[in-house]
Amino acid sequence: MQLESTARTPAGVQLDLRKRRRPHEVLLQVFLFTCGALSILTTIGIIVVLIRESALLLNAPEFSLTEFLTTTEWQPHNGKFGVLPLLNATLITSLIAMLVALPLGVGVAIYLSEYASPRARSILKPVLEVLAGIPTVVYGYFALTFMTPLLRSIFGQDIVRFYNMASAGLVMGILILPLVASMSEDALSAVPRSLREGAYALGATKLEVAVRVVVPAALSGIAAAFIVAISRAVGETMIVALASGAGPAFTFNPFESAETITGHIVRISGGDLSYDSIDYNSIFILGLMLFLVTLVLNIISRVVVQRFREVYE
Amino acid sequence: MSARPSKPARERNDVFVDNLAGRHRAASIWQSLFLVSTLIGIATLTILLINIINSAFGYVALQNENDPQALLAAAKEAGWLSQDFNGDLAEAPQEALIEILKDNISAGLFRRFESEKPLAERSQEEIYALVQERVVAPQIVETWSLIESLTQRAEIEARVAEIPNGALEFRSWLTPGFISRPQNSDPQIAGVRTAILGSLWTIAITVLFAFPVGVAAAVYLEEYARDNFINRVIQTNINNLAGVPSIIYGMLGLAIFVRALEPISSGTAFGVGGAEETTLNGRTILSAGLTLGLLVLPVIIISAQEAIRAVPRSLRQASFGLGATKWQTVWSHVLPNALPGVLTGTILAVSRAIGETAPLVVVGASTFITFDPSGPFSKFTTLPAQVYQWSFRAQGEYRNLAAAAILVLLVLLLTLNFTAILLRNRYSRRLA
Repeated sequence: MQLESTARTPAGVQLDLRKRRRPHEVLLQVFLFTCGALSILTTIGIIVVLIRESALLLNAPEFSLTEFLTTTEWQPHNGKFGVLPLLNATLITSLIAMLVALPLGVGVAIYLSEYASPRARSILKPVLEVLAGIPTVVYGYFALTFMTPLLRSIFGQDIVRFYNMASAGLVMGILILPLVASMSEDALSAVPRSLREGAYALGATKLEVAVRVVVPAALSGIAAAFIVAISRAVGETMIVALASGAGPAFTFNPFESAETITGHIVRISGGDLSYDSIDYNSIFILGLMLFLVTLVLNIISRVVVQRFREVYE
Repeated sequence: MSARPSKPARERNDVFVDNLAGRHRAASIWQSLFLVSTLIGIATLTILLINIINSAFGYVALQNENDPQALLAAAKEAGWLSQDFNGDLAEAPQEALIEILKDNISAGLFRRFESEKPLAERSQEEIYALVQERVVAPQIVETWSLIESLTQRAEIEARVAEIPNGALEFRSWLTPGFISRPQNSDPQIAGVRTAILGSLWTIAITVLFAFPVGVAAAVYLEEYARDNFINRVIQTNINNLAGVPSIIYGMLGLAIFVRALEPISSGTAFGVGGAEETTLNGRTILSAGLTLGLLVLPVIIISAQEAIRAVPRSLRQASFGLGATKWQTVWSHVLPNALPGVLTGTILAVSRAIGETAPLVVVGASTFITFDPSGPFSKFTTLPAQVYQWSFRAQGEYRNLAAAAILVLLVLLLTLNFTAILLRNRYSRRLA
């Protein structure tokens, strides 16, 4: 149907009924899209930068990938590229952190969502938020000035080094605790009331309701919290940079000092770094590893939530 | 979920087992365990704060290079001071102090002070400060924490008595002077002014960049984007970026802003900046601000999206019904209503950026900067980077300095968070 593009009012004034062209609206939309697309550029930027700089190292004659993944000495300027000591330290500190954060975090979450009165919750949740808002460098200071002396006085000065992985890992666990607690608590709170009421009606105690009904129902959310927490621990920098030691070492003893991947990157790049040196390129290959590991962990956590979520109604 | 039949054997035998007491016992044990884990969290926060305050105050043992009483005696002997003067060095007349200064420092240094500002024109307090710094020159021999100072007073006094020329002083490391003085290699007069200014400059650039871009991206995703492939990629990508470790952003900033865009980030492309620097490179406030901007962008976008989503549909429909265009609706109705939520999210993102250390160290927060940053093309240091530097040598007075700097940082963050909470409360009251 063809519409008249003009019309007359009863008074005889001619009106233009065509849709007015508004070029600035289109321009604005383009601008808004560009801002949204900037995030993609950021990702591309990260990937390109990391791959391009590490490619320089990968193509270097003295570098071999098998050596990178299997040998245990990391001294790029001496041509020794074994990533295992750095990787090992990252895994040990993250493991210690998870051993602290997971049980405590889930305990806090269950307490907050199942036991705490609304009043107690209104006090405790902000406290956890404060704990989550403290800069990581402050936790690093805490590890160095409180946790390390504490460990040394418990286990002895000869056994525990001044810089050690245990202290960094424990404090990192405290750092991650609020993250695990709040993500798990969200998942627990999302379980519908009717499920709890049903279990109570069958004679379950409060603990049985919490552990056998609510936790299994929220398991996907709790699992996602665990995975995000691991990725956070692996990428955490300042605590390990301050407390875990400044030198790669291949050891499984948590009381020894050993540098993690992130700690190494920050120490090397913090000094006066000359571009295109072997040290400069080598931190990018570490960055690439770190990026891939955390990316995969984050994707897994999202898939876990989407695939295994129990949906009610 | 699966309701696991607990003991099938029992059902078969059809025997009633009274295990209720045991179940209740287990329940109360676990309940206390859950409570304990919560208390551990709170206890840690308390210990952390106590630990910092503990280091920020306490006794210090000072050793003077020159004893003030000996200086006064020498001044009397030389006739700069009348024999019947018996006050402290601080009360000595200006002329006497100038003579003491002249007598005890090298002629070159004295001429330098004279040329900076003629000594005769300076006030008595200024001269006294110079004498204190250059002649008396108290050096810190040992420091004690607050708890040690309160509990082991007698032992500390005994130790100080052994130090020749030693004096005991109770010191708060967090003073107005600490905030207003620039960084210095001497821990006695080191301050955090350069670091605070560096943090503020960096954050200003972060906000100028990330706030408009973040809100624009959120508006696009919530109001304009259709559910197609590209937009889903953008959304997923933003969620993934929020989980990338901050140090990776630092490396991105190092490669892009510091190196690739060096002419822009160092200011040479605009013919400005770099006047006070010896080595001109891209490790500037601009690079740091943009790096942090990219870091907080996903957080700002996600929180702004939530705020925009919370604006009721009816508002948009009413606006469209009156003939407003899409942009008019967004600009005049959606954004004003979403603004408090957007601001809260931005403030929280900014407080995260202020505490961020690793990316800035990678981008080049030089930790020893004694001059104030003068603009986006200055070299810089920030408060957390300063804390990192001081913590690294966690002995003696540096440990105290780090604690004092942490207190400054925490107060800054608390102020920001408090503002965010106020905004949130005001917003929810208006809707109610």
